[in-house]
Amino acid sequence: MSKKDFKRAFTLSLPVLGAYWFLGITYGLLAAGMGYPLWISATMAMTVYSGSVEFLALSLLSGTFNPLSTFVVAFVVGARHLFYGISMFDRFRGAGWKKPFLIYFMSDETFALNYTQGGSFSQQLWVSILDFSYWLSGGIMGYVLGTTMGDGFMQRLEGLDFVLTVMFVAIFMDDFVRHPHSHSSAWTGICVASACLLFFGSQQFLVPAMLGILIILYLKYKRSDL
Amino acid sequence: MIMTTTQQIITIGVMSVAVMFTRFMPFLLFPSKDKTPRFVQYLGEHLASAVFGMLVIYCLKDIEFGFLASVEGNRTYGGMLELAGVAVTILLHLWRRDMLLTISGGTLFYMAMKQLIF
Repeated sequence: MSKKDFKRAFTLSLPVLGAYWFLGITYGLLAAGMGYPLWISATMAMTVYSGSVEFLALSLLSGTFNPLSTFVVAFVVGARHLFYGISMFDRFRGAGWKKPFLIYFMSDETFALNYTQGGSFSQQLWVSILDFSYWLSGGIMGYVLGTTMGDGFMQRLEGLDFVLTVMFVAIFMDDFVRHPHSHSSAWTGICVASACLLFFGSQQFLVPAMLGILIILYLKYKRSDL
Repeated sequence: MIMTTTQQIITIGVMSVAVMFTRFMPFLLFPSKDKTPRFVQYLGEHLASAVFGMLVIYCLKDIEFGFLASVEGNRTYGGMLELAGVAVTILLHLWRRDMLLTISGGTLFYMAMKQLIF
């Protein structure tokens, strides 16, 4: 856990700082606006640590108590993490005590940075910890702002949420120029997801898209095996 | 609120377990002392590129594109602004291949367009 690792991790994590503070502040504002206590939004930020599930949780928590459907919904919305674990399976070998933390902190953005940028395990753990702290602090800031200030302040930040899209486009492009042998996989992801989006609609397309990607990659694997 | 505090704590706990299950499952499924199955090795090399493609589509999922958008719902000119933002991001990355420049440039371009012009 050297100083050099920290510095490199900090530079890499700066775009995530922008994205997480914006989204985290939005999440905190929303939690405050819906009348939840601070400990609920902060505990979710720390234990669930998945933006999409947490936003959903804000509406689930105001409904009726149903642990089973809560589990299913959270699992399905978070199912893309399964792919991150599979992608990192070999890379996390030898990470020792850092391994459970690297897995626990593996959000979309953290996975993407650590997968494309690589680096030592301590650098990757610093990226993970920094991203986590941005998310948590953003959520708390948003909550405090939501209980003390009006709506006007968010207007100056209009459009900043696009940083998330830009970040994933940049990550996609970075991976695309670095790994020419994966170009067909990249197109598979784009095409299958687009087709499923048109067919299943924006609320339900992620699970069929993941299944479709797995099936196509399996067929390609079988063909390359022969 | 309909739920009691205890029920809310249980709900949060269940969600946390579900999400952590998605993160840890691949590592629990294949014990790390064994050799990694060959298809998992293959996925380790090729899956991420497909996932990044899928995540780009995921970010764009709520845009109503021109040919699908209603006139009133056409706040961002049928997704033109988002597509321009994506295009600027791609070009910036092909030009300098510097993540920080690409991301800050693409975002600032979008924010400027959205706040000043649209």
